[in-house]
Amino acid sequence: MTKTKARVVVAMSGGVDSSVAAALLEQQGYEVIGMMMRLWSEPGKEAYNRCCTPDAMALARRVAAKLSIPFYAVNAQDYFHDTVVDYFVDGYSRGLTPNPCVVCNRQVRWEFLLNRALSFGAAFMATGHYARVDCVEPPGEYILSRAVDRTKDQSYVLHVLGQQQLAHALFPLGGYTKVEVRQLARDFDLPVADRADSQDLCFLGNGDYRDFLARNAPEVSNPGPIFSSSGERLGEHRGLAFYTIGQRKGLGIAAPHPLYVLDKNRSRNALIVGPSDELGTSELTAAQVNWTSGRPPAATIRAQVMIRYKAHLVNALVTPQGLEGVHVRFDEPLRDITPGQAAVFYQDERVLGGGIIQE
Amino acid sequence: MVMQRKIYLDYAATTPVDPRVFAAMKPYFSELFGNPSSVHTFGQQAEAALESARESVAGCLNCQPKEVIFTSCGSESDNLALRGAAMSARKNRGANHLLISPVEHHAVSHTARQLAEWYDFELEYLPVDESGMVSPADVADMLRPDTAVVSVIHANNEIGTVNPIAAIGSLCRERGVPLHTDSVQGAAHLSIDVSALKVDLLSLGAHKFYGPKGVGVLYVREGTRLLPAQTGGGQEFGLRAGTSNIPYIVGLAEAFRLAQEERQGRENYLLPLRDRIIGRVLEEVPDARLTGHPNQRLPNHTSFVFSGVDGNALLAMLDVAGYACSSGSACKTGDPEPSEVLTAIGLPRSWGLGSLRVTLGVRTTPDEVDSFLDILRDTITRVRRLN
Repeated sequence: MTKTKARVVVAMSGGVDSSVAAALLEQQGYEVIGMMMRLWSEPGKEAYNRCCTPDAMALARRVAAKLSIPFYAVNAQDYFHDTVVDYFVDGYSRGLTPNPCVVCNRQVRWEFLLNRALSFGAAFMATGHYARVDCVEPPGEYILSRAVDRTKDQSYVLHVLGQQQLAHALFPLGGYTKVEVRQLARDFDLPVADRADSQDLCFLGNGDYRDFLARNAPEVSNPGPIFSSSGERLGEHRGLAFYTIGQRKGLGIAAPHPLYVLDKNRSRNALIVGPSDELGTSELTAAQVNWTSGRPPAATIRAQVMIRYKAHLVNALVTPQGLEGVHVRFDEPLRDITPGQAAVFYQDERVLGGGIIQE
Repeated sequence: MVMQRKIYLDYAATTPVDPRVFAAMKPYFSELFGNPSSVHTFGQQAEAALESARESVAGCLNCQPKEVIFTSCGSESDNLALRGAAMSARKNRGANHLLISPVEHHAVSHTARQLAEWYDFELEYLPVDESGMVSPADVADMLRPDTAVVSVIHANNEIGTVNPIAAIGSLCRERGVPLHTDSVQGAAHLSIDVSALKVDLLSLGAHKFYGPKGVGVLYVREGTRLLPAQTGGGQEFGLRAGTSNIPYIVGLAEAFRLAQEERQGRENYLLPLRDRIIGRVLEEVPDARLTGHPNQRLPNHTSFVFSGVDGNALLAMLDVAGYACSSGSACKTGDPEPSEVLTAIGLPRSWGLGSLRVTLGVRTTPDEVDSFLDILRDTITRVRRLN
């Protein structure tokens, strides 16, 4: 087939979504190049990294061969470690619950790999994310929106994109449901049609993040006291990193009513727990805020906010504070506002931006 | 967007089958399909093809037909030579010492390591100079009465350096130690006269000299004792059992005959192109070094390292631009490490990761070479900017 459209690099993973994304673009007449990043794996656990094992790489290579597109592996091991893994470990050691996928999208996919794609003469980079990007004219602004398939919508982790990135971004799956994508994979006869969806963080393999931290950041195994909100000592925790706000299980305290993690007090290395009615606040502040339009709104806006991946959207007033901060006041208190996670702001379909929830 | 023409500059990896070779092979698939071990006419025809191929190869090697063993590839030949000679020397004369260069193909070095790790052979590596060349004086120093076998690569696949095999061969013969050389990379372009080279074992693989993949030769000098690699029907003088792959053996023989007959013409054509690449790269690309020997190297072979370059990214970018090259550090899974060869010649990691091998063939045109050189400098600049 003669290629009539621009060159596009597809970030492939050997999974169903990125494979179908590549197939769709190829069918639409783009000159498609597949690239797959080799990301960091814990030494000795390379075979378990869920998205860049040698097996996954071989599968992506087979998909590329099936589509007759070139395919290249890109070594991003050190870069991924220094940006994403360090961020993850550092966040936990500071008592936060970081979301490394957000950082990966900001610095690895949409900076490192996008630069690689552009230097290969590509006009676009595509991923298998479920999200949509459109250009509205005038004023020629790129709009990031939620995917048609709400159960798969991944616009949350893409809130880090600005106009520079969106101008080069293609999300071919944004208009499809997952069921349709699996059918497309079968229609294209891709060898990945029945592969299971990936879960969890890629570099944890099949393991638990607590075990990973214990191996890679032993300093987080720093036991301390558990207090009630009134200051009564109830027991001992294993290290603040191993608990998240709103967590009920695994506290190891016998109490007449269920206890939840209310707060982490880093200066005293203390975990504060209490009954469910003490859980919840109506506001948060976020930092490192990105606005997809490139500029913060001029004044307080009403928006819907997602405080962790796949959480329900909740109504709130969002007030910009400087270029990179916001204050959010929710209409109703929320039980699980977790420092380190991203708060992402939406208006209907559109992703306005988001930032990292502060303590 | 116009589809670009693709230019192949990786003839050291493999070569296309020469149409004359393919024509010679064709009758032996469906017409002359017999098993050479059979008594009947079909078998006799196949046996005739097998033995005339053996005679042809022996003629090119300047040896006796019974010294030519057909195998499935160069790697199998290397395996049979090393393992077979080591095991046999241990049994016959209690020899327990292996001496190889540090720039061997993995088919040799991994076999030697297996012999050391599983069978308790003592493995020693010869030194090499910065061009990857073995010195006969070092062989003389390190040879021992209990050396089972010496293996020194004839022409290196990664850096193209041609070793002084005849001088090493004389030394080994004086001391009564068998010498193996891996000529898989060299056979397309070097004279392979085993009596001049004074070797006891020599490996060939057809696909490097415009023959088919999946067939090779091991030359075994008369009197050299080997433990057979594969036992069974006694084919190949008992050294390599299995029904002979007649069409591929016929193809190997024809390709090797053509390579040796046309050797001077091919060399005359390729040498100026090779030297044009070496000259322009070293002149035009900053922080570039030639790897391997400047003139004791294969006439179709150029190889370089560039500091601060991701060799994988360079190959990918060249491929997108329409040029197929190779590297001593690239890895299909994106986990690059400098090769053992590049490490053995003393290159630091920052240079070793940025290697490029450009190898030419009979189909390469001067225009292709020039158009490649015209884009190489800018491509390397762009790759350097990625870091």
